[in-house]
Amino acid sequence: MGAQLRVYRRRIRSVQSTKKITRAMELIAASRIAKAQQAVTAAQPYARQITAVLSALASQGTVDHPLLNEKRDPTRAAILVVTSDRGLAGGYNANVLKAAEALYAQLRNENKEPVVYVVGRKAVGYYRFRGRDVAQAWTGFSEQPSYNDAKDVADALIETFLAATEEGGVDEIHIVFTEYVSALTQRPAAVRVLPLVVEQSEESETPAAGEPLPLYEFEPSAELLLDALLPRYVETRVYATLLESAASESASRRRAMKAATDNADELIKSLTRAANAARQAEITQEISEIVGGADALASSGSE
Amino acid sequence: MAELHVELVSVEREVWSGEATQVIARTTEGEIGILPGHAPLLGLLAEGYTVTVRGSGGQDVVAAVHGGFLSVTEQGVTILAERAELSTDVDTGRAQAALDRARSEGDEAASRRAESRLRAVGSAV
Repeated sequence: MGAQLRVYRRRIRSVQSTKKITRAMELIAASRIAKAQQAVTAAQPYARQITAVLSALASQGTVDHPLLNEKRDPTRAAILVVTSDRGLAGGYNANVLKAAEALYAQLRNENKEPVVYVVGRKAVGYYRFRGRDVAQAWTGFSEQPSYNDAKDVADALIETFLAATEEGGVDEIHIVFTEYVSALTQRPAAVRVLPLVVEQSEESETPAAGEPLPLYEFEPSAELLLDALLPRYVETRVYATLLESAASESASRRRAMKAATDNADELIKSLTRAANAARQAEITQEISEIVGGADALASSGSE
Repeated sequence: MAELHVELVSVEREVWSGEATQVIARTTEGEIGILPGHAPLLGLLAEGYTVTVRGSGGQDVVAAVHGGFLSVTEQGVTILAERAELSTDVDTGRAQAALDRARSEGDEAASRRAESRLRAVGSAV
């Protein structure tokens, strides 16, 4: 076998084994998207109910809580950046980090000092490489976040929010994550979670305008309930962003790995063509050598 | 007979929903029974107890609910639990083991979680 042909065959084999890996990752990511989406749907009833309860509570008019108060001139703002632990997810992490940088610059312009909190090893690496400070990092759950993970993150954020600004507290908390629009579209988004604005989700089952919200009796007092409810609400918001990011991550990875698999197919095809041509050239050469040799022998014998 | 629409949701999923004639829970103030037509109420559930839903078919659904809220409106009753587990899903042996471990380690929250699971299956705590 000719040297050229051998080189082609070796490259085909190597591309084939890479393709096996990317294909496996594509399939795993595809099954994870379904799982992540289920988790997003499963978490919705709770989020919807807690929003309904909070808006009912807020409409009673007596709401006053540190988590709801807008500070007069905010000087420090926390950014929670949600990225993945592993790479090979296309532009997923780059897009989130770009959005985080944009928010960072915007906060700077508003004379607020940004403090960065991160989720996911990719963001940890990004900030460490640039020698920038990260206040706190959580890693290890980006693909399958549990409520406990969200609770850890949310509790740490609430604590810094409640601390005085002079003691390292922050006046605002933003989250940068990736919104899962569809299997093909995910886009980075930045939302402010604290101070809280109780948001109505579109499909919430609140009574139509004009119909009064239920006038609740409280057990124990409204203040104590609010104290207990608001942190839960922040936790569900964080949990929802983590779940959505996980779904987006898997979707991005699936797409990236599908592209890689397709490229490997393409590469194998063109390499096979080149290998065939090389084989053909070799055979042609051998034949012409034999024919040439036979001719030479025949002409030398006839003399 | 009037019925209550009950939804028992935990953070990670909806645990149970259906029609019921009565809901018995324990708030931080004490035991409370909700019958159809109850005034709107928002309660903070005590940690380590259970919620009993008396289904319209006569059968009881008992769930270990660890902390959370009880919201009664005209539309029905919603139990928002941080963690909830139906009694049929509780593994008594494991819950007991978890309780022993938590008590020996002095882990308050974990032992109350285990207590609520044991109460749900009817064991004495």
